[in-house]
Amino acid sequence: MNFDDTPQEAAFRAEARAWIAANAPKHLHAQLAAAGYGQSPLASGDAIAESKAWQKKKRDAGWACLHWPKEYGGRGASPIERVIWQQEEGVYAKMAGMFIIGQGMIAPTLMAFAEERHKRRYLPPLASGEEVWCQLFSEPVAGSDLAGLRTKAEKVGDEWVVNGQKIWTSGAHYSDFGMILTRTDPNVVKHDGLTMFFFDMKSPGVEVRPIKQVNGQSGFNEVFFTDLRIPDHQRLGDVGKGWKVSLTTLMNERMSIGAGMPTGFPELLDFCCEFDTGDGLAVDDPAVRSRLAQFAVRTSGLKYTAYRSISALSRGQIPGPENSIGKLVAGTTLQEIAAFAMDLQGPSGVLVDAAQPSAAARFQAMLLRSPATRIEGGTDEILRNIIAERVLGLPADMRADRGMPFNQIPTRVR
Amino acid sequence: MDFDFSPDQIELKEQARRYLADHCSSTAVRAVLDGPQSHDAALWKGLGTQGFLGAAIPEAYGGSGAGYGELCVIAEELGRAIAPVPFSSSIGLCAELLLRAGTEAQKQRWLPGLADGSLIGTLALAEKPGRVTLASLSATAAGGRITGRKCPVPDGDIADLAVVATRDAGAHTVSLHIVDLRAAGVQRQALPGVDPTRSQAQLDFSGAEAEPLGAPGQGWALAQAVIDRAAVLMAFEQVGGADKALQTACDYAQERFAFGRPIASLQAIKHMLADMYVSATLARSNAYYGAWALQADAPELAEAAATARVSASQAYQHCARNNIQVHGGMGFTWAFDCHLHYRRANLLALQLGSLSEWEDRLVGHLVAKRNTATTSAA
Repeated sequence: MNFDDTPQEAAFRAEARAWIAANAPKHLHAQLAAAGYGQSPLASGDAIAESKAWQKKKRDAGWACLHWPKEYGGRGASPIERVIWQQEEGVYAKMAGMFIIGQGMIAPTLMAFAEERHKRRYLPPLASGEEVWCQLFSEPVAGSDLAGLRTKAEKVGDEWVVNGQKIWTSGAHYSDFGMILTRTDPNVVKHDGLTMFFFDMKSPGVEVRPIKQVNGQSGFNEVFFTDLRIPDHQRLGDVGKGWKVSLTTLMNERMSIGAGMPTGFPELLDFCCEFDTGDGLAVDDPAVRSRLAQFAVRTSGLKYTAYRSISALSRGQIPGPENSIGKLVAGTTLQEIAAFAMDLQGPSGVLVDAAQPSAAARFQAMLLRSPATRIEGGTDEILRNIIAERVLGLPADMRADRGMPFNQIPTRVR
Repeated sequence: MDFDFSPDQIELKEQARRYLADHCSSTAVRAVLDGPQSHDAALWKGLGTQGFLGAAIPEAYGGSGAGYGELCVIAEELGRAIAPVPFSSSIGLCAELLLRAGTEAQKQRWLPGLADGSLIGTLALAEKPGRVTLASLSATAAGGRITGRKCPVPDGDIADLAVVATRDAGAHTVSLHIVDLRAAGVQRQALPGVDPTRSQAQLDFSGAEAEPLGAPGQGWALAQAVIDRAAVLMAFEQVGGADKALQTACDYAQERFAFGRPIASLQAIKHMLADMYVSATLARSNAYYGAWALQADAPELAEAAATARVSASQAYQHCARNNIQVHGGMGFTWAFDCHLHYRRANLLALQLGSLSEWEDRLVGHLVAKRNTATTSAA
């Protein structure tokens, strides 16, 4: 057991570190490092332009989408090299948020299902950040029950005509292209009537409306389709096989392994070491210490769980299912840590003025962002189902709509 | 990064699991639970003969000298099997104290017997209810003889030797001594506990012959350092137990039908089991951190031990408690094995110090590390 790199890994790390030291936008470092969970990483200046510039620079030097094949804009790197890069990129990776969905989820789907000419056209600018993609899956009536979606695509000649509405579409407001899951046949069971496409977000018939969130930000959108026309060659997978295509996307969402998800613990420890409750430092209070220890072991447990997966990659093995706990643990912990820190602040805990010295509104931003963490990309409840069924091998839920054609599934109390 | 056990260590773990499946079945554990004996003597000897007990004891003293990673995987399997043996007392504490502080003669005299299972050792530290602090100790040593009461002493009724902590006269220091518990001046009384498959005793010393272990006055730091090491091994026992309790609960939930379906298809049950998996996985990963620190003798050992210990105590308690819940009324019967895990989980959570004590220690280590980092950054 050790945390050491192999000689090849060490050489790769040294190369990555040297390149980052020479090329990273150091003038943004302080701002990125200070940004807490739920706070915009680049509050001042043009965040999109800065993010795109860093991404382009990485791509030009061969440091973007490392695990992709070279012909599509990657480096052909091994999974462990990708992890090492993420570790070395550090705070600058906070600028990659707008590319994660396109590069992490949509690109693997394009690689598996798109025509070769489309891969060569769309993947390189996706890697360089010059084109941004969004994923249009969820709908107002189809969240956890994604296969219950209703946005309709009808074949007219060589084109598909799309009508309907998507929701919770991250980044739709700055995206160039979208990947959309549609219903092409309402007369068969729900999973069998779906088909996947990609399209230009600037097409006629696409309207993006930002959603104002609990925390006042607008990362998500509603997207409305009125007779959007998509050529048939932009279909991904066979007609009626969209569910299978979507599983490729969702599997990749859960494959990404970093250094463990953030829980807010280091920020809480710092706060408790510096905050005087009026009765001494918070960290000297036995009740506070007990809570700190609880948060600490969850945080370290996530970190070392990620390390176990990374070790499997380093050995050339496929990681086990252990990383499936990441978001489930991190989401709840973020929310609890935020509430706990605010509780220690007493009545001042309600203030969100970033000029307040002790916490700089860090925990308040965390409080207001953390509910989304427990919902996006699979709710806590769906994640528990996944652990129960795929990891523990327990039976699937019984479904009231099993075997029923989509257009006969009840949608309200009759 | 190679944050996993080696192929050889994993093979040893499988070997230990097979051995325990054959020699430490539920029937064997229940023989101790229901019978007059307080450990499985045949199993203990067998574990010694197999080389499991001496995995981290050097060959010069009768062990195999394999290492602490090996001892961790063996501990996990002992925990999985709810083995009724004094592993933590004899190997985790007593043998470690001798290895760390014993003279050559002391090591030669005691370690081979501990390694082959012909002797049982323990650490006699606690004296009264509440947290064990230096100030809570009042047993004394004078002229090579010990006087005082130790209670509870894990495995005190079956141990052949004990390392006994005494308070130094007129000083805020502690010294350690080796006492042959079979000699004159030692009275022992077995005490009933929440887990009858692991024994507890009260030891009364009235001028029992004692030999100093380590430097006089250095006993507290030595005992704490060894308790950190033993805590990593105990975390692995807990991780093994948690894993088995979870597996048992999953198996039962799939067999048991209610409302015309396996209860494992009900989300209330599935989600409970998923949460148990989460606890068990966090605990395993934290225990690996402890195993790394133990093998590397890393400066982070104390922090890693506390991390492993807090996480594992919680996970085993959580899994054992919910294993009963999944079993419903059946889980509350003597006939089902659920209570064996429940008893063991709650016993282990208190041995070597309670959860709240380890939480306190953990935060102490984290704050020290943070303050060092902050100072060096400034």
